[in-house]
Amino acid sequence: MARVSSLLVNGVARKVDADSQSSLLSVLREQLDLTGTKYGCGEGQCGACTVLIDGVPRRSCLTPLGDGDGKSITTIEGLAKDGHLHPVQEAFLAEEAMQCAYCTSGMIMSAVGLLRTDANPTQSKIKDALEGNICRCGTHPRIIAAVQRAARTMKGGTP
Amino acid sequence: MNEHASVPLSIEPERYEFREARAYVFELTRRDLFKFLGAGALVLCATPKATALQESGREQHRNESLPKEIGAWLHIGEDGKVTVFTGKVEVGQNIRTSLTQAVAEELHVPVAQIEMIMGDTLLTPFDMGTFGSRTTPTMNLQLRKVSATACDLLKDIAAKIWNVEVNRLVAANGKITDPASKSSATYGELLKGREFAQLIPDQDPLLPPTDWKIAGKPLAKVDGRDFVTGAHKFPSDQKRPGMLYGKVVRASKFQAKLTSADSSVAEKMPGVVVVRDGEFIGVAAPSEELATRAAAAIKTEWDAEPQPSSKTVFDYLRKNPEARENKTALPPQNSPAKIGGGSQQHSATYTVAYIAHTPLEPRAALAEWDADKLTVWTGTQRPFGVREELASAFHIPQENVHVLMPDTGSGYGGKHTGETAIEAARLARAAKKPVKVIWTRKEEFTWAYFRPAGVIDIRAAVGSDGKLEFWEFTNFNSGGSGLNSPYAIEVRTEKFQPTKYPLRQGSYRGLAATANHFARESFMDELAHQAKIDPLEFRLKNLKDDRLRAVFEAAAKKFGWPAAKKSSGQGFGIAGGVEKGGYVATCAEVAVDKSTGSVRVVRVVTAFECGAIVNPDGLRNQVEGSNIMGLGGALFETIEFEDGRILNAAFSKYRVPRFKDVPAIETVLVDRKDIPSAGAGETPIVGVAPAIGNAIFDATSVRLRSLPMVPDGLKLS
Repeated sequence: MARVSSLLVNGVARKVDADSQSSLLSVLREQLDLTGTKYGCGEGQCGACTVLIDGVPRRSCLTPLGDGDGKSITTIEGLAKDGHLHPVQEAFLAEEAMQCAYCTSGMIMSAVGLLRTDANPTQSKIKDALEGNICRCGTHPRIIAAVQRAARTMKGGTP
Repeated sequence: MNEHASVPLSIEPERYEFREARAYVFELTRRDLFKFLGAGALVLCATPKATALQESGREQHRNESLPKEIGAWLHIGEDGKVTVFTGKVEVGQNIRTSLTQAVAEELHVPVAQIEMIMGDTLLTPFDMGTFGSRTTPTMNLQLRKVSATACDLLKDIAAKIWNVEVNRLVAANGKITDPASKSSATYGELLKGREFAQLIPDQDPLLPPTDWKIAGKPLAKVDGRDFVTGAHKFPSDQKRPGMLYGKVVRASKFQAKLTSADSSVAEKMPGVVVVRDGEFIGVAAPSEELATRAAAAIKTEWDAEPQPSSKTVFDYLRKNPEARENKTALPPQNSPAKIGGGSQQHSATYTVAYIAHTPLEPRAALAEWDADKLTVWTGTQRPFGVREELASAFHIPQENVHVLMPDTGSGYGGKHTGETAIEAARLARAAKKPVKVIWTRKEEFTWAYFRPAGVIDIRAAVGSDGKLEFWEFTNFNSGGSGLNSPYAIEVRTEKFQPTKYPLRQGSYRGLAATANHFARESFMDELAHQAKIDPLEFRLKNLKDDRLRAVFEAAAKKFGWPAAKKSSGQGFGIAGGVEKGGYVATCAEVAVDKSTGSVRVVRVVTAFECGAIVNPDGLRNQVEGSNIMGLGGALFETIEFEDGRILNAAFSKYRVPRFKDVPAIETVLVDRKDIPSAGAGETPIVGVAPAIGNAIFDATSVRLRSLPMVPDGLKLS
């Protein structure tokens, strides 16, 4: 079986040692201690494990490690730069868009992925992009407001 | 604060797995605490029970020991850092923030200077658990009292040092100041090299809510940054050196007995530890993947009796009453013979399905042994209960068990128990290494407990004047919370009939109040339509409770009740009730596509009143969250089971609310500063299902009497 020995995560080449068929999620959490990416269902239904692979949101629980080999992987831990939060992170704080916050990492990663391709999403586009992310606490309206706020600030507008 | 308005502890111990707490034995002495915390001031709050024992002289405290009944304590260090200790836990209801706010207000310190230690069985006072919306009415008050006392203590110290009258001193921003002499000192400076300890009773005067400055206003989640950066370590994220991952081999069906097991293949896997102890079979391995493979390699056979299915469950509940005493029923008052000639009688049966809590973080625990001492990090609403479960499972004293509860990925009443803690501890003992067990989603859907299913029979009569004359209400199995109608009815019989039940069942957000309100408030709508009276008017006509009237009127006003229909599939519904000291009224608008049967909730307006508001933003979040969570149980959530197996144990088969299901939600908060705060995590959920059901009836003339109402869309015949 093919092994994967290195992974480019959050801009840094990291040593790993796992079968290429192992889930990306398990390697991020167990070998790289990047536990901000969460397990929620293991069937790609809840979005808690969302990471960006070459900028595109992917469910790491269903992604074989081999699919991440040679690509650039971004997790929630890699969003802030030099101590400055990403605008989407700032917006989640400003809108208080979390309760238990277990879904928050996945929500933020899905939102970052959306805003990369659509800088000015309508509310309906935001719902489409986040439909695969489950929040059980019912924070949905605030999450939508946070994504809208992030879109405004990323365009250089006022929050 | 008014004592008379305090809310009685309304839990259902006989139904919901709560057990009486044993007398608590402290491991820590006062000396230990100072040794641990350093010099400074320590203030402890005794519960009323402890105060009574002390005053009656039945319980004497030696100088060095702490009383058994302590609600909370607080320490201010030489560096001015405030550390607060409470047995309550954070599962997303945001009490880490609201309790911090209470301390900041009474102690006059910046929020950033306060650290909350929560749900740690070694460091925090005993607490029965975080449930029943009890944190705000109890812990919030205790911490206010402790903080106010600490503030007075600091003023006393400053007054002695400066040799001035204490009442001219002012506390603000972590400092005591004498405005006359301009002397000023931080709390840390006042406490340098000193040790003060004070035990206070639970009934000291406090700032009235009208004088609150920080509390009563929004405050952002105190550790929000840790969550948006992924830095926070949830229970499932915990790690220890040399840690293994555990998996338990599950029975083929509920209540099955193990007849044979062959673990020879798993035992040969490198690094795998197999544990067989009675009915328990599990493995521990260096990775979750290997543990999963090893568990799957163990061949087991099980023997089980035939069991009922979700299709036959309501019949089963009705036919299997238990002879236990029914504690929640009111005694029958008067006799139904009084019903007048002009009355209309009506009866109906409602049902609610089993549903799952599905907290997004499944149950998780990490256990580590040091000789015969056990430490467990786990997500639970009852860390002290889990400590007791562990002590009893392993035949060790409770003092040997330390349970820590990192802020957890929600519970909703679903995490009162310590299954993963026991599993991880059993595996860790065999492996002689720390072991972490995280349940899969399928395990969470199968081996956790459920919100009980129930059958509710109602019979009532309405007089020609539109007043309720007679009311008979029987709930089979789902529970007694919210059983009693808030309406003025002269002749009434309301009872909760316990039954045998086919699935493991327990608490859920709002307990049975959701089922009882669904049945009652839908039936009230039926009666209103039968009597040809507007549903809001019919309720107000039969309602004497001013607080409930006020929320009905507030919701109706915001919603624009009665609303005129603009299209044929449009419908409006209203419902409300009282539970756990909170008053709620909900209006819903639905859009039904009569050709496809699809039902969409378009708009929900909720008016909520729970006394004085502590954190309006947090409260709004709880009300919105309750509405969205309630939407799932109202429309489509249902556990399907057959013969001891769950048939839909996955998010792909069990539908929970998602973004596109979420309606426009408007919340009206009614702030009653003259009434002590009640909790708010549960009650706002109770009006959602009946308001939606009543709106569907308004749109289609179809009365839906089963939760969930439209798991497969609306069937219009």
